Amino acid sequence: MKQIPIKPTKENLTTFVTLGGVLVLIGFIDVLANTFLELNFTAFLPSKLSYFAPLIIGTIGLYLIRIEFSGNKLLDKINTNFNSNNLNAILSLVVIFALIKYIPPILNWFFFEANFVGSTKEDCTGNGACWVFVKVWFNRFVYGMYPDAEQWRINSAFIMLFALVGASFFVPTKFKKYLLIFLLFVYPIIGLKLISGGEFGLKYVETGAWGGLSLTFIVSAFALILCFPIGMFLALGRKSNLPAIRYTSIGFIELWRGVPLITVLFMSAVMFPMFLPDGTYVDKLIRVLIAITLFEAAYMAEVIRGGLQALPKGQYEAAKSLGMGYWRMHFLIILPQALKLVIPGIANTFLALVKDTPLIFVVGLLELAGMVNLAKTNPKWLGMAMEGYVFAGLVFWIICYAMSRYSQNLEKKLSTEK
Amino acid sequence: MNKIIELKNVNKWFDKFQALKDVNLEVNQQEKIVICGPSGSGKSTLIRCINRLEEHQEGQIIVDGKEISENTKDIEKIRAEVGMVFQQFNLFPHLSILDNCTLAPIWVKKMPKKKAEEVAMKNLERVQIADQAKKFPGQLSGGQQQRCALARALCMEPKIMLFDEPTSALDPEMIKEVLDSMVDLAKAGMTMIVVTHEMGFAKEVADNMIFMDEGRIVEKAKTKDFFDNPRSDRTKLFLSQIL
Repeated sequence: MKQIPIKPTKENLTTFVTLGGVLVLIGFIDVLANTFLELNFTAFLPSKLSYFAPLIIGTIGLYLIRIEFSGNKLLDKINTNFNSNNLNAILSLVVIFALIKYIPPILNWFFFEANFVGSTKEDCTGNGACWVFVKVWFNRFVYGMYPDAEQWRINSAFIMLFALVGASFFVPTKFKKYLLIFLLFVYPIIGLKLISGGEFGLKYVETGAWGGLSLTFIVSAFALILCFPIGMFLALGRKSNLPAIRYTSIGFIELWRGVPLITVLFMSAVMFPMFLPDGTYVDKLIRVLIAITLFEAAYMAEVIRGGLQALPKGQYEAAKSLGMGYWRMHFLIILPQALKLVIPGIANTFLALVKDTPLIFVVGLLELAGMVNLAKTNPKWLGMAMEGYVFAGLVFWIICYAMSRYSQNLEKKLSTEK
Repeated sequence: MNKIIELKNVNKWFDKFQALKDVNLEVNQQEKIVICGPSGSGKSTLIRCINRLEEHQEGQIIVDGKEISENTKDIEKIRAEVGMVFQQFNLFPHLSILDNCTLAPIWVKKMPKKKAEEVAMKNLERVQIADQAKKFPGQLSGGQQQRCALARALCMEPKIMLFDEPTSALDPEMIKEVLDSMVDLAKAGMTMIVVTHEMGFAKEVADNMIFMDEGRIVEKAKTKDFFDNPRSDRTKLFLSQIL
């Protein structure tokens, strides 16, 4: 930038701050007027120049008020945080202006011009989102094609799950172990039986009818719980001294990591039944669960191996010197430390897994995103793709953000550093 | 006196580099041996072979009547009898000091938790860090960590203790507190093999001194003879530099 002949200094502080302040103010007024009043003061300029005018004026203004050690606390604060040099001044303005320009339209679309009341597409008269669509389809988005009369079964299964998980935070440490065992080995069977039915007088609901958010949870939860131990053993296998185990693990990991999930799912639907003896039938959902689990286990294995790799050799030696064999060494010393190291990586894999679940549409299972996809093609509700996907995206974001926060908490809780 | 460790013509290679050359050594019960020598001379490798953290290729190593080789099925049992203290402490950072000490007795020796904690506290008291039992290794000074490592090894009630340069990673001020604990242990009659450059410690506790160079035991002598009139020129040179 060309040096402006008169340099702003402490001596002519008032002049420059006034001048600069006015320029910055003009920039802001221009952007605000543009956004909220749809006025364009600089319309007489060529359109591109007019678009950037507030930025240029603002930058010059910020240049003029950039006076070090001015003695004014507020001014110093602005200068150090937003205005330390020309580039930072431009970036600060761009960010602030962009927020002013684009946040209101988004809010408008979401809330102020959106329609919440009604039951058909025709009730949506505003310019904004038509949340009526989500409202009407909400039941389907959550339960898929599961019969309305039976939905209490899904509800109670999930309430039970949340109650158990919640309880695990409060019960004394002595019972935690049993609760965990119950949660991992007994609950899944109860939950699945409750949802699928066919026994205890419950009506049988085939997995093809399962869907929506509840299916997202079911698929994610099973795959998460199962892929973790498998990944752990694969990671250990890859570091094993026994060639047979090592090469099997490497082969397995590289095979699954090398193919896209969508191919794997397709194979599980089309190819897998061919390998089964005639007459046996494995449920579509189970096939999909196995495919996703093995696929994610391969990734998990590599994440965990990263943690194993990061541990100093001394930890292995200390464990050995105390007389620990392979399994004790790994389960008491190595894995607790390695897993703690790679919590961010594990969380990453888990998040990816949750967000991969929509791909099960290739075998005809429709979880949340799949249901949205289906609903938007309903002739009565054409043109609602935006609302549907924004809704699905928000739900996924909430799930993933919760998991991410939990992993950060866990990291802090397990930290033994000060 | 009973022989508890015996090495016969032990040879060891790291790929093409020969780390140990025809090493012969006998250690009696309650004997204290200090091994010294320049770096890379095979001192650490030698004691690491005794609990098979390193594998030797030729010769025999017999610990407490059992030969150690690739055919040894229950190497863990032998290791449980041989305690080791490392240069870098190698405490388990995810466990408290007390848990560091009780873990192996509980899982390897199947000691009840209560008993293991008693033993651990007794040993922590012995090395004077009982007040740190609830802390984690990362919160202790180097000297305290090394004393905890010593206590951890002692909790297994080993017959032999191996020390692999236990004070080399410590600040000078902390060396003494660790050495004090080791002297105390020596006086209690433990069989000890110590790799160290602390010649003051050696003079105080060692029955025999070993000087190693280039993978060979150059000189083995009674401690007094070793310092007063070393036989080989190499030993003389080394001692003149270190003392």
